[in-house]
Amino acid sequence: MTAQANKGAAPAHIETDVLVIGAGGAGMYAALEAAKAGASVVLADRSLIGRGGATVMAQMTVAAALAEQTPDHWEHHLADTLAAGRGLCDERLAALLCEDGPHRLREMDGWKVGWAREDGHIKQAQAPGHDRPRCAYVDFLSTGPAVSRALRAQLNLSRGIRRIGELMIVDIALHDGVACGATALHLPSGEAVTLAAKAVVIATGGLTGLYRRNSASSNMGGDGYALALRAGAELIDMEFVQFFPIGHLAPRLVGMDPIMWDPFRYKLGGKLLNAEMREFEQDYATLDTRSDGRYVLTRDLATYAITREVEAGRGSPAGGAYLSFQHLPEAEIRSAFGPVVDRLAANGIDLTKRPVEVAPIAHYHMGGVRVDDTLRTAVPGLYASGEAVGGANGANRLSGNAITEALVFGASAGRNAARHAQRNSSRWSAQAARPALDLLRSAERRDAPNAAALVRDLKALMADQVGPFRTEAKLQSALAGIARMTSEIGEVPFSSASAFDPVLVDWLDLRNMLLVAQSVAVPALARTESRGAHQREDHPGLDDGWCVNQIVALSGDSALELRRAAPSSGRAAA
Amino acid sequence: MKATLAIQRGAPGEVPRVESFEVAFEPGQSVLDGLRALRCEADPSLAFRFSCINANACKECMMLIDGKVDYACTVRLKEGVTALAPLPKKALVRDLVTEIAPPDERLLPRQ
Repeated sequence: MTAQANKGAAPAHIETDVLVIGAGGAGMYAALEAAKAGASVVLADRSLIGRGGATVMAQMTVAAALAEQTPDHWEHHLADTLAAGRGLCDERLAALLCEDGPHRLREMDGWKVGWAREDGHIKQAQAPGHDRPRCAYVDFLSTGPAVSRALRAQLNLSRGIRRIGELMIVDIALHDGVACGATALHLPSGEAVTLAAKAVVIATGGLTGLYRRNSASSNMGGDGYALALRAGAELIDMEFVQFFPIGHLAPRLVGMDPIMWDPFRYKLGGKLLNAEMREFEQDYATLDTRSDGRYVLTRDLATYAITREVEAGRGSPAGGAYLSFQHLPEAEIRSAFGPVVDRLAANGIDLTKRPVEVAPIAHYHMGGVRVDDTLRTAVPGLYASGEAVGGANGANRLSGNAITEALVFGASAGRNAARHAQRNSSRWSAQAARPALDLLRSAERRDAPNAAALVRDLKALMADQVGPFRTEAKLQSALAGIARMTSEIGEVPFSSASAFDPVLVDWLDLRNMLLVAQSVAVPALARTESRGAHQREDHPGLDDGWCVNQIVALSGDSALELRRAAPSSGRAAA
Repeated sequence: MKATLAIQRGAPGEVPRVESFEVAFEPGQSVLDGLRALRCEADPSLAFRFSCINANACKECMMLIDGKVDYACTVRLKEGVTALAPLPKKALVRDLVTEIAPPDERLLPRQ
């Protein structure tokens, strides 16, 4: 029966202490910590548990000052994180990430994640922007799947966590401005479900699914940001979308994630070449005072370098740069990447014979839900964790900080949400779910406009007009396009079937994606300078007057409001 | 180049029907690329599972491809007809979607 056909019947209802939305690394860790603190937990994901999201896609680096490879201290990691963030980091969140990171990596080690080892210690690799080898990983390119597998195994062992896959959260339920649960769509049946919870954790990851070329799962359209905004929470630093500079471009490669080349570069020093077969990173290295002239261009600068080469007519045939390993003997490539070499061969790629083509690809979102040092949003009972959180990485994230952030913020949000649930009684009322239930029940069978095509068009618009290089004209045009599409989808959901309805899912996604797209474009238009991942071609260079965060919220009449605030300083206790 | 995808469709209790769609492709593109293009160009109601798109990390796009269980994200599109059907030993949800979630991770236990 559809939600639509189900007009009279009461929806299925579930009660829990803590509801965690999203079962990637952050969500799974939040569920484990909340259960450990004694809370009953529902862990919900629109995909299958532990399969969707970004964590499972991670291939290599997890940064933490473990001091296994070389002496280190979390303060050094913090200094690098703050420098990469170009003045905008929330120092409390960055410090939490760096100080608690080693604990979480060791806990994962105890859960048999399988960190690569050498001479009896965890091996740590050097990554750009870090002052020393700090990044643990699991061979070969298996960090994300290994982290997901280890967390899934812990979920299986843990009591008090109910896992529900294929459940798409439509809205956070509110009672007098307090989060008290959520309303969801159960995808296989098409039925609405209500969830009462004393605390809710948003762990839905980032928004790279808003872009045509991206390295994330299909469900990373930024749902959590829209849920947070509509619930009354604030978003911060939304203009800072990280593009991964060397995403795979050509030849067509299937069965592998497009961000796969970075670890090859770390291990083997692959060369980035332009159409003249000349290395060009040096030409841009002087732009960064922290550069030592080797492979140390941080991601924002490398993206800039490749884009500029292409614009100057020195790009590769598919519109990127060449990445070459031809200077290396075959045996060295084989020993560094083992079975991955065979997967490349199956795609017709022989690294000893010719280079591949790479280009920037949407990879991670620095911005996100604004939280305090307990990961709580401005809405009582509502928490955020992982990539969904904004502020820790400022204007640019260091390589290796994303999985660490998922684990650290997941643990902290889970713990604090459990504490909140223990101290507060349920604020649930059936009335709180009413607006979202009414929305689902109003769905109409429609086959035009094509919702899947609208999603495709929005991704193209974001890539072309709100990509790594922006201008006032492009951003104005993007906002006009977003407004046009918003009126095109209207306020009544489209549907096509009762069970597993991709049209209804696309409509609900568009409702979220269009709001989130706007919440990126509006602060991008306002920020008339270039900083980190936000580059304005019409406003080049840093402007000291812009060393402030921009904060987005929804006003009473559902318009986006923008304000500025000085970056938070001071330290949080881990 | 053009591929023809002959897709078995329908919900539980319905007589399965095969619908054929033509999709343009470039060498190297996957069956999943073709299915995603079909939703935009021909029929947005076509149901299939996928999450990671290209990495073969989520393992959700498993289906019967020319009679063999395989991943839509790793099998390449080819000229001529490719037959797609839901997994035969799993409960059908709709079109190419079957119930593959572990029973203790489902809201409503199904058979």
